[in-house]
Amino acid sequence: MYQLTNVTKTYNATKRKVTALDDVTLTIQDGEMVAIQGPTGGGKSTLLQMLGALDRPTSGDVTLGASMLSKLGDHKLAEIRAKEIGFVFQGFNLIPTLTAEENVETALAPLGVSGSERRTRARDALASVGLSDRFTHLPAELSGGQQQRVAIARALVKRPEVLLADEPTGSLDEETRDEIMELLEGFWREQGLTLIIVTHDTAVARRAGRRLHIKAGKVREV
Amino acid sequence: MFGTYLRRELLNRRKQTIIISIGMALAIGLVILVNSFSAGVQNAQASVLQSVYGVGTDITISQAATPPTAGATGGGQQGFAFGSGDGASTGGTTNLSQSRLTSTPTQTVFDATQLATVQAVSGVAAATGTLSLENVTFSGQIPQRGTGASGTGGTRTGGAAPSTAAPTGGADGAGGSAFNLNRFSVLGLDPSGDSVGPLSAVTLADGRLLSAADAGTDNAVLDANYATSASLATGGTIAIAGTTFTIVGTVSSSGSDSATAANVYIPLDVAQTLSTNTGKISNIYVQASSSSAVDQLQTTLKAALPTATVDTQADLAATVSGSLSTASTLVSNLGTWLSILVLAAAFLIAILFTISGVTRRTREFGTLKAIGWSNRRIVGQVAGESVVQGLIGGVIGIAVGIAGIVVVNIISPTLSGSASTAGGVGGAARRAAGAAAGGGTTPGGEGGGFGQRAAGGGGFGAAAQQAATTVTLHAPFTIEIVLIAVGLAILGGLLAGAFGGWRAARLRPAEALRSVG
Repeated sequence: MYQLTNVTKTYNATKRKVTALDDVTLTIQDGEMVAIQGPTGGGKSTLLQMLGALDRPTSGDVTLGASMLSKLGDHKLAEIRAKEIGFVFQGFNLIPTLTAEENVETALAPLGVSGSERRTRARDALASVGLSDRFTHLPAELSGGQQQRVAIARALVKRPEVLLADEPTGSLDEETRDEIMELLEGFWREQGLTLIIVTHDTAVARRAGRRLHIKAGKVREV
Repeated sequence: MFGTYLRRELLNRRKQTIIISIGMALAIGLVILVNSFSAGVQNAQASVLQSVYGVGTDITISQAATPPTAGATGGGQQGFAFGSGDGASTGGTTNLSQSRLTSTPTQTVFDATQLATVQAVSGVAAATGTLSLENVTFSGQIPQRGTGASGTGGTRTGGAAPSTAAPTGGADGAGGSAFNLNRFSVLGLDPSGDSVGPLSAVTLADGRLLSAADAGTDNAVLDANYATSASLATGGTIAIAGTTFTIVGTVSSSGSDSATAANVYIPLDVAQTLSTNTGKISNIYVQASSSSAVDQLQTTLKAALPTATVDTQADLAATVSGSLSTASTLVSNLGTWLSILVLAAAFLIAILFTISGVTRRTREFGTLKAIGWSNRRIVGQVAGESVVQGLIGGVIGIAVGIAGIVVVNIISPTLSGSASTAGGVGGAARRAAGAAAGGGTTPGGEGGGFGQRAAGGGGFGAAAQQAATTVTLHAPFTIEIVLIAVGLAILGGLLAGAFGGWRAARLRPAEALRSVG
């Protein structure tokens, strides 16, 4: 369960101070599927960084389960990201020089999983997203939808508690978008994940049981 | 994962890998070549020095000669004086000949007890004393004088007017005269000791070397080149200061065209007696017990013998002249600076390319951080890639360096070098003294001027003698050079990796999510 309490995040811009999150208090229960919407510059990115243990708030607390993310050091945060949080990005963010299988394996490297087990789990994960025949393909040899499937396999191969998806369908056509969303929803249901999706697409947002809107650093339920 | 990722990066980012590796390879190849060339030149210098000072001589000790001052008396060598009864007369011609063995003008003899002082110094493994001498023979033919004629033979001091009768006799049978001057260098040495000193580096060409049993005998060993030029051979004889010596052997130095330290070697005690230098020596050759303690030993010996000049091999190397000296200067100056410059450029290229690569891979590293890679793992990955690029460059560099060495060894450039010996060992003062004493450096001691031996002058061209040596430059390839190359490759890779890793470590993982509005 996520618990954000009076979270404020400010940045020092060139001539002024920017408040990206303004006194946000929010709870997200385990197993929830939450969609976050809002205008560009509204604070979606910053909120996702807080939830993903990528940044710390200027004030307030962020808690994931028993871990107070806002108080932990870099090393501990990296450990939590490695074990508990999976990321899916709009631009897929695959390593261009690694094959699909090796890209998935990168998520297991920080967990100390042995080489053979890494390979087996990576292949299983790729098979679960329908890419059994694409293990040795480089990202450049895959379509956008296939690349996003590899990214989903990479996010899920470590069996995280939380999956954070940043515009996961933003670069895809409608048909592929629906395929990817069905895939994500399938995993969410099967694995009991907490799925948090940032999206501009209302059609995607409507699939979530809970929708949040963030604007000028303020979060409200839709 | 580390190995797979590293291999993929190097293979798929070939351009960067190739540029960094080639830059590193050129630098390391150049360093190897310069190092090897430098070692070759040092070996050549050592070869020149060994032909003069012998193998294993770490330190030489001598006394600086005092340059003769203008107008002073007693300088230079003694003249040749012939009495009225000197010479053998036949057919109207008087044949005159006189031979003298004297210490080399540019050297000062000193008490042989100083050898014992040196041997007693801690750190001295072996030491031997030598007496550097020069044998000068003046010979000539003059017309025989009538018994009624005035004059007293060789040195005319005036008298009645010469006879008006047509001259007869002499060298040309018409009253003319002819003179000849023959000089050669003689080194008196301890016949029982050949572990250190001039005879330790020679090769026996014919006969035998001097041994302990030769002490007190009139046996001599000749430099092979000198023996050839003077038409002498083992079993023959040579006159030194009027004494006939038996030639028991000839020796040559390692260089085919090189000369040894002297033309003739005789037992030290005989040399001292013939040159009226009883109990005197002119040089001490010292072998240190540890090559790393030579400088310390030099200091100790200087303290023990305050008036002596104590030179190490490094000092002696400065006396090597000729194209070898030019090559040495070229290597030590241009070669070294060029190596440093190219190496610095290669390191800089590697660092800049690595930092640039990290910057290009910002999203990649941000993503890896987002999925749980620690800073240490990412820095290790970047550093690993750089080190491997450096090592690839190192391997290519070793190949380039070996190719360069092979080319040098195929070309086998010959360098000529000469090292001042009796008169020129060490300090500039002595070299200046040698020049002032008569000028001219004549290899082997042949010839020489027939100058007026005015007080304070030099006379007979007495000068620093030099052993000229032609050495074929061989650039060695040693394991040390490979280790240097590998060390530089790793250093270059680590430097680039450190800068690149530092850049990567500073990346915020949130960079990966930058696309979110």
